[in-house]
Amino acid sequence: MTESSANKLLNGDACHRTSNAKKSSKNGFVKNHCLFQQPQKYRRPRERNQNVTHNSSLYKKPFEESFEETPLLVAVLTYMGYGILTIFGYLRDFLRHWSIEKCQVAREKEEQKDFVPLYQDFENFYTRNLYMRIRDNWNRPICSVPGAKMDLVESVSHDFNWTFEHTGRVVKDVINMGSYNYLGFAENNGACADAAIEATEKYGVGVASSRCEMGNLDIHEELERLVARFLGVESSMAFGMGFATNSMNIPALTGKGCLILSDELNHASLVLGARLAGSTIRVFKHNNMQSLEKLLRDAIAHGQPRTHRPWKKILIVVEGIYSMEGSIVRLPEVVALKKRYKAYLYLDEAHSIGALGPNGRGVVDYFGLDPKDVDIMMGTFTKSFGAAGGYIGGKKELIDYLRCHSHSALYAISMSPPVAQQIISSMKSIMGEDGTTLGADRLRQLSENTTYFRRKLREMGFIIYGNDDSPVVPMMLYMPAKIGAFGREMLKRNIGTVVVGFPATPIIESRARFCVSAAHTREMLDTALEATDEVGDLLQLKYSRREQPLPSLGWMAEESLLQD
Amino acid sequence: MTSQFKIATFYLYRMRQSWTTYLKELLEIVHYFYFAPAYHLILEGILILWIIRLLFSKTYKLHETYKLTEKEKEDLIEEWQPDPLVPPVSKDHPSLSYDVVTGHKITINGKECINFASFNFLGLLDNERVKQKALASLKKYGVGTCGPRGFYGTFDVHLELESRLAKFMKTEEAIIYSYGFATIASAIPAYSKRGDIIFVDEAACFSIQKGLQASRSFIKYFKHNDMEDLERMLKEQELEDQKNPRKARVTRKFIVVEGLYINTADICPLPELVTLKYKYKVRIFLEESMSFGVLGEHGRGVTEHFGVNIDDIDLISANMENAVASIGGFCCGRSFVIDHQRLSGQGYCFSASLPPMLAAAAIEALNIMEEDPEIFTVLRGKCKHVHKALQGIPGLKLVGVQSAPALHLQLERSSGSRDSDMQLLRTIVEYCLERRVALTLARYLEKEERFLPSPSIRVVVTVEQTEEDVHNAVSCIQEAASAVLK
Repeated sequence: MTESSANKLLNGDACHRTSNAKKSSKNGFVKNHCLFQQPQKYRRPRERNQNVTHNSSLYKKPFEESFEETPLLVAVLTYMGYGILTIFGYLRDFLRHWSIEKCQVAREKEEQKDFVPLYQDFENFYTRNLYMRIRDNWNRPICSVPGAKMDLVESVSHDFNWTFEHTGRVVKDVINMGSYNYLGFAENNGACADAAIEATEKYGVGVASSRCEMGNLDIHEELERLVARFLGVESSMAFGMGFATNSMNIPALTGKGCLILSDELNHASLVLGARLAGSTIRVFKHNNMQSLEKLLRDAIAHGQPRTHRPWKKILIVVEGIYSMEGSIVRLPEVVALKKRYKAYLYLDEAHSIGALGPNGRGVVDYFGLDPKDVDIMMGTFTKSFGAAGGYIGGKKELIDYLRCHSHSALYAISMSPPVAQQIISSMKSIMGEDGTTLGADRLRQLSENTTYFRRKLREMGFIIYGNDDSPVVPMMLYMPAKIGAFGREMLKRNIGTVVVGFPATPIIESRARFCVSAAHTREMLDTALEATDEVGDLLQLKYSRREQPLPSLGWMAEESLLQD
Repeated sequence: MTSQFKIATFYLYRMRQSWTTYLKELLEIVHYFYFAPAYHLILEGILILWIIRLLFSKTYKLHETYKLTEKEKEDLIEEWQPDPLVPPVSKDHPSLSYDVVTGHKITINGKECINFASFNFLGLLDNERVKQKALASLKKYGVGTCGPRGFYGTFDVHLELESRLAKFMKTEEAIIYSYGFATIASAIPAYSKRGDIIFVDEAACFSIQKGLQASRSFIKYFKHNDMEDLERMLKEQELEDQKNPRKARVTRKFIVVEGLYINTADICPLPELVTLKYKYKVRIFLEESMSFGVLGEHGRGVTEHFGVNIDDIDLISANMENAVASIGGFCCGRSFVIDHQRLSGQGYCFSASLPPMLAAAAIEALNIMEEDPEIFTVLRGKCKHVHKALQGIPGLKLVGVQSAPALHLQLERSSGSRDSDMQLLRTIVEYCLERRVALTLARYLEKEERFLPSPSIRVVVTVEQTEEDVHNAVSCIQEAASAVLK
């Protein structure tokens, strides 16, 4: 029943690893050829826990990630909650069927009643009966910059969330803990906005052609040169949409006879891209290097299924920060594996670019690795840069190939000029090329805010997932009723948070997610924390059963710095 | 063995007797065991264990005997050499050096040209009103949205644009995507799943093809604009359905067509399609990227062009990158159909929303289109004019209908190979570019296209081109053709 929870090691604390990576067996012969030995003979089937590998030699600083076990009682109650919801759902569907309850679902056109139904009956059961109850927590329209504070359009529903009505009032100054505005570049004034205005005046907003035909503006070329410099790679290419960057370029890179090894929690765009590529896809457990290594070894040893021909190439697809878990990819280990097994590495830095690393250059920078070790550096401009679109960076041959074969280069529109300009200005600011230290300040502020916010929440007794350095902070809610309640209670206190449940998460692991931004001031964070504390008491969300959070050295240092 | 059997039958027999004897029985059994010969018991014990082992052991697997040792695996891993990540691209590949375009008065590689290449049909790219609205929005919202629609990425501008589009198209609901390509490519797999059947025109554009692929449905291609071929396939399917009515009851069927085909520049026979739709109970998805804002009295596209009731089309999708001259795409139709995409359209749910300034630009473009439907008449006139002027260029054949704003010029006679054809056409394009007429080759991924269109030069008509421009361009192409294609 509690498959996921029971299988997690009860670690609670951060994972401290000991170094015994290369252990010889008794007779002096290295019996196990695996790079990463399995520390125990029995590994539990679905370990999402992070302290199973022992490769501290690869890390320059402690890699601390935790996923506290779901308390058994909570798990039982959560399942009961879903059970009750399902029973009531069936009851209400029954009532709707006999027109005892008014059915608000949009209906098929009369003339098309005898067509094959467009949706299976059960297909929308979840939407109708579970999602509809708490629908007001999503798609809340905003009417300002999605900065540290935002204005929401007040909307009410008189028919239990079937339709919403805008009252015309505005909920002012809601603290925004939901937008992916990590570095606070979502701004409507300042240098970046000014440059974007200029670009609009010069180029207009559209392009009306693809890169290959008539849509290659000089501003795109400038952007690509800058991105390559920022990432420390030979060349790069920019695309108009982040989602499409993945889904339209993976098919250009792999095809039949290739193998894609994909993390189980990879984003939908990566999954779609892999599927469109027509390659074989195998999934390894989230951030689990043993699982990845086993797949790699078996794949190379056994070749393609049925024909047993060797694979043409193997592509490992991972993300920098996983946005639902707040975990950071174990990149040093992935790189070691990739080198050992001659696979290629596709790194999606949608959330990590700009948000991690001393220079804001993403997860490669964070671990102090060489960008050349990652074959395909992908990322988006939506988050840290406050713009839109995505990029791919890598060797010149790779980018040249993409210029000729990427679906996006030939068939899709190129990036809007003001958007490109926004990226150029914000990236230059991060790199310090605008002649100020504003970018560096933002980076520092973000990492301070992250540490502070995570530590405070943990001290309050919430269960927080993920890496200590990740600005994505998932906080566990578990029960379906608490999803809606948490979102609403927080909004009442003028704080906008994101709540997520099934199917975006495993069924019992509903959670709230905070995205810390450099734009948040200490007061804003304190207000948010206070409200969370209050709501946490009200809804009994303080599930954590750990004695006391272990103060790590990193925190101490940070703390003393802050007090100085 | 026999003694044990006796015990068992005896025991069963006595079972029926009263419970009072039960204990006695048990004692008796123990007694028998006690006196049974030891070798008997040992043998039977072994047999029982054997049975248990057989029951619980894993099934015998053939390949286990072939299991590789670690050493062998290691050798294989050492031995394996992957293909390079990407094959080398020849240095002179035409895609490597894109032409650099600056501004929309269009300067290509430093040369100011008349634009016959961008899909800027209504000339809104450089429109001052659109720019001002976009700037106002930029000053209010900044550039990016920093989130998907679900998580504080819905702006009031998006809602306004959606309702405006729905109103413009006279449908119940519209939904916007942040990228034109992703629109139909996400919409198709939101409805059509594995096991469903999609009938699609051979000339369908690449984003439709990607949508079909993502849906994993069963795809049937009918000949371009050939309704007889389509009907034949539908009939075949009907027969198939009659054989297996249980399966047919859950197999959804769709027809996917383009309003105005980008690859062939002709219009789909929509009225016939609608008849077929009701006759065979198939739903129609219509992709209108080329026809939205072009065809019809008010620019509503191919439905208006034919006077077809828009409610008869299940889903209309179009991008806002051509006539509207912004970025993004939309789907519209009945709420029953469209609303489903808000949770199932991958490009909608999992992607950051459209930057508000681009949405604002699209709204202003709609304003312009609504205020002055005359613009469509002007465009139609220009299309007709260009279509006529491009007729009869020696060596080149014009592909496309009169009302199409993006026409193709193909070689009348192929020189033998695709590459040399492309080279010939490229020479013509370069010749024109020298003389300040910006044209472009229609570019395709040759290995990826399901049915690769013949090489062609794309000629795009916009309302901005004057009669003189058209005259210049046509004579330029003529000169080039006679020089290149002797």
